[in-house]
Amino acid sequence: MTPSSSRPSAVVQFVTRLFHQPYVWAIVALLLLLVVNLTKNPGYLGVSVNAATGNLSGNVIDILRASAPIMMIAVGMTLVIATRGIDLSVGSVMAVAGAVSMEFMQTTGTGSFGTAVVAVLLALGISALLGTVNGILVSIVGLQPFITTLVMMLAGRGLAKVITSGQNTSATNEPFRWIANGTVLGFPVVFVIAVLIVAVLAALVRRTALGLMIEAIGINPKAARMAGIRPVGILISVYIVSALLAGIAGIFSTASVMTVEVAKTGMTAEMDAILAVVIGGTSLAGGKFSLTGSIIGALLIATLDKTIVYMSIPSSATPAFKAVVIVIICLLQSPRVRALFSQRQAKVTRTRKETVSA
Amino acid sequence: MTATEPIVEMENISIEFPGVKALQNVNFRLFPGEVHTLMGENGAGKSTLIKALTGVYKIDSGTITVAGGPRRFTGTADAQSAGISTVYQEVNLCDNLTVGENVMLGHEVRGPFGINWRKTHVAAHAALVRLGLGDLDPRQPLSSISLALQQLVAISRAMVTDSKVLILDEPTSSLDANEVEGLFTVIRRLRDEGVAILFVSHFLDQVYAISDRLTVLRNGEFVGEHMTPELSRGQLISQMIGKDADSLNALGSNRGRAAHTTGAPFYSAKDLGRKGSLEPVDIDVHPGEVVGLAGLLGSGRTELGRLIYGADRPDSGQVTIGGTHTEVHSPVAALSRKIAFSTENRRDEGIIGDLTIRENLILAVQARRGWARPLSRREQAEICNKYLVELNVRPADPERAIRNLSGGNQQKVLLGRWLATHPELLVLDEPTRGIDVGAKAEIQETIAALAEDGMSVVFISSELEEVVRLSERIIVLKDHRKIGEIVNGPLVTADTIVDIIATEGSSE
Repeated sequence: MTPSSSRPSAVVQFVTRLFHQPYVWAIVALLLLLVVNLTKNPGYLGVSVNAATGNLSGNVIDILRASAPIMMIAVGMTLVIATRGIDLSVGSVMAVAGAVSMEFMQTTGTGSFGTAVVAVLLALGISALLGTVNGILVSIVGLQPFITTLVMMLAGRGLAKVITSGQNTSATNEPFRWIANGTVLGFPVVFVIAVLIVAVLAALVRRTALGLMIEAIGINPKAARMAGIRPVGILISVYIVSALLAGIAGIFSTASVMTVEVAKTGMTAEMDAILAVVIGGTSLAGGKFSLTGSIIGALLIATLDKTIVYMSIPSSATPAFKAVVIVIICLLQSPRVRALFSQRQAKVTRTRKETVSA
Repeated sequence: MTATEPIVEMENISIEFPGVKALQNVNFRLFPGEVHTLMGENGAGKSTLIKALTGVYKIDSGTITVAGGPRRFTGTADAQSAGISTVYQEVNLCDNLTVGENVMLGHEVRGPFGINWRKTHVAAHAALVRLGLGDLDPRQPLSSISLALQQLVAISRAMVTDSKVLILDEPTSSLDANEVEGLFTVIRRLRDEGVAILFVSHFLDQVYAISDRLTVLRNGEFVGEHMTPELSRGQLISQMIGKDADSLNALGSNRGRAAHTTGAPFYSAKDLGRKGSLEPVDIDVHPGEVVGLAGLLGSGRTELGRLIYGADRPDSGQVTIGGTHTEVHSPVAALSRKIAFSTENRRDEGIIGDLTIRENLILAVQARRGWARPLSRREQAEICNKYLVELNVRPADPERAIRNLSGGNQQKVLLGRWLATHPELLVLDEPTRGIDVGAKAEIQETIAALAEDGMSVVFISSELEEVVRLSERIIVLKDHRKIGEIVNGPLVTADTIVDIIATEGSSE
């Protein structure tokens, strides 16, 4: 063995490891989408700094802002899916959270900071409550997660309409609006909050044994129970976390327009969340999960949404376009297609080896 | 009886997994009308060789010749169409379908309006009759028949395609003696019809009872092929483990040890039972004592173990642990009271397949500490180093997924998982099932050593010799109740227990 070939450089190692991650194609797709946008406008990626306020602005910043709510529900969904569950109610919980906060602020009518805080706490409180109901029905009663959260999806939408008497409700409260439209160090507040929450959650899951236990339950619930893991507490917790994050997503998406549209807020958000999880490489069968993957998935979906608008694709064709892109990514990362690639690669290396030895 | 041309010939087969040479230049021949046993320790490459033959794994080099022509299978369906069928250790049938549907799955008889169920069941019946199972109603749900019958149904299913080669991977591991005899009758019948049968079993008696020819593997290498009558058991064992059989014979017996029954028991239960699974049973286990649970399959020995651990919730009984009255209604409660339970159902209730050896090892310790207090890397490494070495797990790479280990090594990792919790009472349900002589001896030695150090052990096994060798007291169960308790001594043998079970039956 020659010294030059003895040890690949750190960069090569990093890239090799990256290419073994299931979400590598999501990164490739993300870059491709940006390139597509660049071809339309070479200045697409430009970020300008507002000299007066220090705020950053540009398409990339818009994408970060838009990705925040998707990140929230995608991370929650990842944990639920890892336990062999699914949470279809996240979109409706978003609507409920938005409805509660808007209704409260409209009724009290003050634009004070205190009102905003109470509105946020109310929204989070009711979200946690809905999550608890999901968790209890799944873990203690033993209902199927799909059915449980499907019912909650319908019930939540109904609850949001009851809270606002079926009206789209608006309110004025600058501190609340700041959550969606404000900036911290030039970055959108929603994105900063989202990153902080994800960092805290990731630490909670990976620095403690919670992640290991969630995976154990997802891979083999019987064996996990025999090993002394209490599944009930962990299951209830993941549904509560998922609902809480959906509540935060609800606040994010209503605060930007200061209006909750009970029939539209969070509509099909559960699909975005599930897609982000799948794109991120977490199996819907449960078990091993990747929060990083889901975040990349969320960024991709946000980029895709923005690209569709930017390329002026008609809004009626949006879902179809989105579907095509996502199917391609899922195809690229399916084990079978990957096996096809690696087979071809193996063949190439083998022929090379044979040539060398001959 | 033996044809001159082998129907299957595998030459110089090599398979390499990342970091492991699973098979190296292995040769294997299978003749029609012959039962050929594949022997070897866990991890010797038996399963790998079978999977190479059935197309589950791709071979890196070597040739496979089937019925005279070279073949390269790319999947089990491929192998099946070439006339090679496999019946695995764990029955792979659908519980919710009928016997007939299971037999004919994928080969249903079709008529002009889709599947003709009447004809399908007639065909299923014919397939069952071929194996002498004419009494079995094909319309009965599979879940209503015993595991042994299910095994035979699985064989019928394999033979529906008129296979020329039948592979039986440890078919007897969960059957009792009568059931094994029934299975052997079926195997002999198929052999006499000219089917080539590849048989894998860890029970030497069975191997000598059924097989005509033996191939021995060790560490992925071919050791030798012999006609069964020409190889003594001692020779076979030393070929398998690569060392003298004397070390096995030297394995201690517990009978000479002082009885521990004088002091207060660590664990004591009165009237422990659960409706439908076990009638109330009394059991005491003293510190340092090995209590054996003996009985036939379905006697209630596993059920008793599960009730002690709380894996099933007992609905009667008073339990005293370490002198304190208590209740054990869940595995969590059992672990917190220093009771551990190693299940007989390794795949479904033991290992967590996608997790690594390390994660599987630390799981019970971590669960008892709670998720908020994770074991540090150093603590995890300590547990891994200690138990991987002590229990001689191969390969000893803690970051490998446990599902890639052989059965015996998975069992050792699970044993390590429980030992890491430092239990005072260890309930072992079939810890040596489906593993080879060498690993079996290692596990038995470990159990004896643990008891020597003061641990209480409840030892459950279908092998009576093993129970007699290890236990100081033996509780005999039958038909879901305790029928006797004997203190082990020089006069107690497996036959003693058989007699107890037999006389108890005739007195009814």
